Parts: sequence; structure tokens; C-alpha cells
Amino acid sequence: MELRIQELSFLEWQGIDLNLASGEIDCLVGDSGSGKSLLLRAIADLIVNDGRVEWDGKLRETYSPQEWRRSVCFLPAEILWWEKTVGEHFENRPSEEALARLRLPLEALDWEPARLSMGERQRLGFLRLLDRGPAVLLLDEPTANLDEEAASIVESEILEYVRERNACALWVTHSAAQAKRVASRVWRMEAKRLTPIAGEGAEA
Amino acid sequence: MNLAIELSFWDIAFSAGIVLALGVLLAYYRLGVTRSLAVASVRLVIQLLLIGYVLAFLFSEGRLSYVAVMAGVMLLVASREIMARQKWRLQGWASFGLGASTLFVSSFAVALFGLLVVVGPEPWYLPQYSIPLLGMIMSNTMSAISLSMDRLTSALADNRAIIEQRLALGQSAREAILPYLRDCIRTGIMPVVNSMATAGIVSLPGMMTGQILAGADPTEAVKYQIIIWFFIAGGVGFGMATALKLLEMRLFDERQRLRLDRLSQRG
Repeated sequence: MELRIQELSFLEWQGIDLNLASGEIDCLVGDSGSGKSLLLRAIADLIVNDGRVEWDGKLRETYSPQEWRRSVCFLPAEILWWEKTVGEHFENRPSEEALARLRLPLEALDWEPARLSMGERQRLGFLRLLDRGPAVLLLDEPTANLDEEAASIVESEILEYVRERNACALWVTHSAAQAKRVASRVWRMEAKRLTPIAGEGAEA
Repeated sequence: MNLAIELSFWDIAFSAGIVLALGVLLAYYRLGVTRSLAVASVRLVIQLLLIGYVLAFLFSEGRLSYVAVMAGVMLLVASREIMARQKWRLQGWASFGLGASTLFVSSFAVALFGLLVVVGPEPWYLPQYSIPLLGMIMSNTMSAISLSMDRLTSALADNRAIIEQRLALGQSAREAILPYLRDCIRTGIMPVVNSMATAGIVSLPGMMTGQILAGADPTEAVKYQIIIWFFIAGGVGFGMATALKLLEMRLFDERQRLRLDRLSQRG
């Protein structure tokens, strides 16, 4: 299966092409304000955009907005919570094991969101994303607020999920080292254009 | 039924003395509302004297076309008022049209029901009945619509990031805004519910009091007050439901994206 994006435009960005196959992880780099997060939002159809977007050979418009966003799921950089407890944000309560892998206690699900630290927010936000069972992960700096150890745990959890589900990920990162570790291709967003700078399609 | 004591010019002038005294007090403490109070008092006198003549004319003529014009003017003014009270406005015609159409559908429908089915004056549009009835329903509906719309647009603007994350996790637009919607409906309907619950105990409602002052039998006057409150509750509830539904349709597009770009903040 493949995510195919052709001639995508949103706000001042135009003519963005990108494709991402199952099992593939692509990283997206660029200065802040270059439009990386907006691109993820446009793909998830959260902001007004135009162009041809397909998943699994079917146009985005043939999916309901809810189906699309569950399959092509966006993880924002800053995770917000709105219910009384953390657990209420999940459709299926995550297992103790899944929590433990991210170094989170089982009780965290009964906590009020205000009690969470930055790092806990980020890790639980990631679990909340996986809860929807997405096939395409649109990740906006998923390890930015984490210490080194937690970051490497989340990183390997993402790799694990992609391998296990044959999913794919478009991953915004500010770390060149991280991009090198995880990505089969790296895209750079610059001057409102998206160009591959490493991997397939990149000029040597 | 004409038992009422007529008020002279001097009666009004003496009453104005109370407001004047209040104005002096406010000015002394430099509360900055003296001017507003003065303007409001003058507007009150002019507007009500004028409407007195207009109503006297309407009642003596008793024509449907005049009643329709009056109702149209009331609708325009109330719709403008709804628009003026919004911190966030829809762009273009929708900012006026949404309030106007909702107000029209709800308050006119309830007023027609009241005139045709319940009160049954002869003819059905008899201005002595139709104008006050429509006025009471419309003014309450107007407040509820403007209050709830203002609250919903503000809530969506303030919680834009949360709503986006809810949508991103595959919630429908309705699910994503349900808590705000609930809060708005509650806010709009509570004043009516509270007034109904305390009517006759804490306050004697204005219409009923007016009828009693004019010499009507209190046991008859309360019956009118009861049906009026039922009509107001209906107008407020249905009007608000329609307004919030239309607003929701306008603020989300066919792909269920939150379209705050369709709002502009008043300067």
C-alpha cells in the first residue's frame, strides 16, 4: 500500500509531491516556520488544502473524514487533553505492558491530565495515536520533549509499530542524527518546496 | 377595561428625578457611566413615546399589511442586534442572515401558533395581540440566540487546538464540539428556565403586571402570562437549536475541517 500525494497545495505552499510506501519511514526536516507541521495537517485534511491524495489506491475523498484521519493519523507536537482523566482519551484501554514499555505506570490512566509532565504527555499522546490503529503516522517531533533515554524508547516503539503493522511514517525531526538512524528517505522543506535530500530521489 | 390612571407629563418628569439623582451620584464617583445613563434615558423616552404613537396608529388602522411591516422592522432590528453582540462574526451576509433567518423561523412560527391555535383573536392578526405577543417572543429569542452564538464561536476560537486534536483522532465535528455546544444551550436556556421557576414568587412578570394595572382580573392576567412563558420557552429553545446547527454547519466544511477563517474578530 502507498500514500501518494500529487500537486498538494495549502496556504502559500504549492505543488508538493510525495509518496510513501508501507513499511517506509521518511523524515521531514526544515527550519521552524518552513511549513512542516502544516504539511502534516494538510495530509490529515485538518486544514484547507487542494490536490490529489491517495491511500491504498483510493482517493482521500472516497473515505469519510473520520476514516481518513484514523488511517492517516496526525500526532501534534504539543499534545493536549480535554477529558477528566487520561484514560478517557483512549478507545481501548492500553495494556499494562504497552504502558510499561514506555516507562509509564498503569495508574497514569486514572490521572488528571494536568498532573502529567511534558515527557509523560508526549509518550501518552503517542499511545493515544496508536490506539486508533493508524496505517500512516504523521509525526510532528514525537521525541522533542523527551530526555535521551525516553526518546530512544519512543523511537524504537515507532520503528516497532511500523514493522509490525507494515505501516508507514512521515516524521518531522530537528535531529539530523535521528533522521539518519530511522529514515529511508529525508525530505527538506525550504522556500515552500519539498525536496528529497537523502535516499531515493536525492541528488548525489 | 379602561380603569388605568393616566400619567401626566409631570408624573414622568418627577420619575426622571430619580434617574437624575442617580446620575449625580455616578458622576461624583467618576464611574464613567453617567453619559451612558443619560443617553439611555433619553433614548428610552424618545423610543417609547414614538412606539406609543406607532402602536396607536396600528391599532386604529388594524390592517394586516401594517402589522407585517411592523413585524418586519422588529425582525430587522433584532437581527442587527444579534450581529452587533457577536465578538466573532461570520464573514459576509451570513453574519446578518444567520440570525435573521433563525429568528424569523422560530419566533414567527411560535407567534403564529399562539395567535391561530391558542388565543384566536378576530381577525387573527389583530395588532393589539399580534404585536405584543411577537415582541415578547422575539426579544427573548434574540437574547438567547445572540448569547449562545457568541459563546459557541468564542469557545471554538479559544479551543481551536483541542478541537483539531479531537478531529485528528477521528472524532466527528459534532463529537469534537459537543461539550461547547452543551454549554451554549445551557447558557441560552437557563435565563428562561429560571424566570419561569421564580415567576410570581420573586417577580411579577411585566406583561401580567401591565394587564393588572390596566384593570384586568388578576386570575385572567396570569393565564396570559403562563402561555406567554410557554411560547417564549419554545421560541428560545427552537431558535437557539436552529442557530447553533446553522453555525456548526458554517464553521465546519464538508470534510469536517474547522473553518475559523470564516470568522472575523470584531476590532
